[in-house]
Amino acid sequence: MIVTPEATSRTIGRQHFKREVCVTVAVWSAAVSVIGILIWILVDIAVRGLAEINLKFLTEDVQNAGREGGIGPIILSTGLILLVCLVVSIPLSVGTAIALTERVGQDTWFARNVRRSLDVLAGVPSIVFGLFGNAFFAIGLGLGYSILSGGLTLACMVLPILIRTSEHAIRAVPAEYGYAATALGMKRTAILFHVVLPVAMPAIMVGVVLSIGRALAETAALIFTSGYVARTPESLLDSGRSLSVHIYDLAMNVPGGGSRAYATACVLVAILVLINAATALLLRLAGWQNRNISGGSL
Amino acid sequence: MRSDRALTIVTRTLAAISAAIVLLVFVFLLRESTPALRQMGVSRFFSDTSWHPLSDQFNLIPMIVATLVTSVGAVVIAAPLGIASAVFVNFYAPPQLATWHRRLIELLAGIPSVVFGLWGLVVLAPIVATFGGSGQNLFTATIVLGLMVLPTVALLSDAAIAAQPREWIQGAAALGMRRSAIVGWIVLPGARRGIGGGVMLALTRALGETMAVLMLAGNIVEMPSSLLSPGRTLNANIALELGYASAGHRSVLFVSGLILMLVVSVIVLFVSRRGGTKLDRYP
Amino acid sequence: MKTYLLAISLLLLCMAFASCTSASSIKSTPNELAGHLTITGSSTVAPLATEIAKRFEQQHPQVRIDVQTGGSGKGIADIRLGVADIGMASRPLASDEADLAAHQIAADGVGLIVHASNSIAELSQEQVIAIYTDEINNWRDVGGENEEISVVHKAEGRATLEVFLNHFGIDNPSVKSDVIVGENEHAVKTVAGTAGAIGYVSIGTAEADIESGVPIRLLPLDGVEANTENVASGVFPMSRPLNLVTADSTSELASKFIQFCQSVEVHDLVRSQYFVPVTSERGVAK
Repeated sequence: MIVTPEATSRTIGRQHFKREVCVTVAVWSAAVSVIGILIWILVDIAVRGLAEINLKFLTEDVQNAGREGGIGPIILSTGLILLVCLVVSIPLSVGTAIALTERVGQDTWFARNVRRSLDVLAGVPSIVFGLFGNAFFAIGLGLGYSILSGGLTLACMVLPILIRTSEHAIRAVPAEYGYAATALGMKRTAILFHVVLPVAMPAIMVGVVLSIGRALAETAALIFTSGYVARTPESLLDSGRSLSVHIYDLAMNVPGGGSRAYATACVLVAILVLINAATALLLRLAGWQNRNISGGSL
Repeated sequence: MRSDRALTIVTRTLAAISAAIVLLVFVFLLRESTPALRQMGVSRFFSDTSWHPLSDQFNLIPMIVATLVTSVGAVVIAAPLGIASAVFVNFYAPPQLATWHRRLIELLAGIPSVVFGLWGLVVLAPIVATFGGSGQNLFTATIVLGLMVLPTVALLSDAAIAAQPREWIQGAAALGMRRSAIVGWIVLPGARRGIGGGVMLALTRALGETMAVLMLAGNIVEMPSSLLSPGRTLNANIALELGYASAGHRSVLFVSGLILMLVVSVIVLFVSRRGGTKLDRYP
Repeated sequence: MKTYLLAISLLLLCMAFASCTSASSIKSTPNELAGHLTITGSSTVAPLATEIAKRFEQQHPQVRIDVQTGGSGKGIADIRLGVADIGMASRPLASDEADLAAHQIAADGVGLIVHASNSIAELSQEQVIAIYTDEINNWRDVGGENEEISVVHKAEGRATLEVFLNHFGIDNPSVKSDVIVGENEHAVKTVAGTAGAIGYVSIGTAEADIESGVPIRLLPLDGVEANTENVASGVFPMSRPLNLVTADSTSELASKFIQFCQSVEVHDLVRSQYFVPVTSERGVAK
């Protein structure tokens, strides 16, 4: 908490005090309403779906169009799709971000237009991505309806988020670190990998977490690429249904599948919580602090 | 220096690949739209009487309007709440609460659009329905869409604010500024590139959202006359009609996708020209 | 730290490569059916097709059947392109699809639904047409309570819509509705959440939801109660076929599978998906 001394003039002091109270109230109400709505949604899902969850639900195969049995293979497929997506998109994004931040303090024509194209990419509807993925990855590259197609399509979709966050993360590293390193005679590559990236890592992880969320939440794109088959996938070239596709099918397509749709949604939220917690833990173990870079106090 | 050059080549190639993906998607849309464009030209999409594809009517304007209304409305909701969340977490919340708030917002980011749609349909729409109608209209869709893009604004603003040098804040405090003044005059202006980036990403995400809007906006193709009118966005239209469309109709749907992409490009160009791409940091 | 990251990435790469190898091929005995089928199309038929495919795979362990969705239109496009072996369509074939063959595997009735609190007993043909063309706006004009009518309609191209419009003799541009939905469940949830709503959905879906307690009611049509028995006996007037569609060259495996789908063995599966099984006389429809 920041403690500030009173201003000398009493009227200005009172004005400032009023403004402080207003802003504090506004900020707290905004935060409380956001949390409130989120908890409302989570509780709604939990109430409608928790009853169906047990160990059998998490491990068994899908039966009777999803109204019986479990979602074991679906969890596996989702995990694989996510893995493919991250393995492809993270190097691509971090590399692109490095390219975009080549010139410190200036902007190249190349960087400006790559940034603009990525913004446009972010606006492409998810169903168009699905059809594009189907045409390019499934049919064009011959991968068919497969986990690979789905993961690659998702990688395309999360690129804008990842690149933007990585770029901002790298730019937020104080320039003095780079100057000091150069003064010590380090090469640009070394500065990048030993100074800049480690400092930028927590912020890059924010982008990764946001992307994982986006990938897990995606439905329309996956229906046309990784498909509808609910069998246990035997390879990355097999079609596999993801959790969100399953939720959609149960909620909107299969009569009587409502409560299981909510149960699957609970499982998805739980998986997300686990992934986020694991990411935070990983960061802490690796020795990176959570926030607050201080510039100048080297 | 050799490793530096290798680094430059590798990273520039990766950047080129990322940019190429946009081109690929654009080419795909173009290829699928060409049959319709060749047959009908562009003007019919703005001058026909209504949208009834099976009766040969293809006016897209009500849907373009609905798309813009829901997306801009969603950002109008998400931006203040998201920025306020980020400010809350960094300056007003006790540390434990801040961590939980962040975790919850990260969670919000991962909830599938279907679940948002279901919640909106089953919980929110009946509440809005007390004002008349079925509750499925642009208003409900905009609220839920705002909730969906809120984490993008919140988390990116949070990262931008946290990256502000501590000395500025401490210096301002030493000068006697109150917390709200420090936030408003020092931190937010300094973080405005990151916050702007978050808002931009949120806007484009809102423009691209399909499933939730499909379930909540009512899907009637007509010009919205009030906040409580139903409407259909371009994406919802593609999702609704694609599965059952004949080849010609399908091509028309891709034209609407192409037009959406052009609308997004115009917005992006406009914002990036005006907002400037100055990268100078404060000295 | 670096070795930790390196180890993890190597592990992930190994996993990825290991899973890239496709399933090893099993030697097929001469009498056994073997092969791979891809079926795409209507999301309405997909759950049923998946269940039947599972039973077929159990009987013939060397067969693999993949069912994908994407809509009836996509299914038909895919079999024409050769991307799929069989297409699923929740409607009869159109006139420009005369080169394809449809094999009906089930029937699905289309019934009108209203909110459970709506006490209206039945609506006549003229009343339904008037409601859907916005000439009647309030339930009290047809003998119900004073409640505004919210008309729920389906998106163009859907089979349920075609059946509905054909039966009542309305054309789509004349319909003035309040909400347009895509899937059946969307219509059900809309009607369940709005006291004055009216819509039309697959009778099977409505029955399943009524069973699980959703507050909707099925209205009788022309004096006939809307339930699956009446659809099965042909008494109920509005229904649509669920078809498996094939192009000219059909493999032996595909034909065997289609035969299986039309056989009595899977009638329990058809009923479990809340559809109506068809008897073998109505085998191949054009």
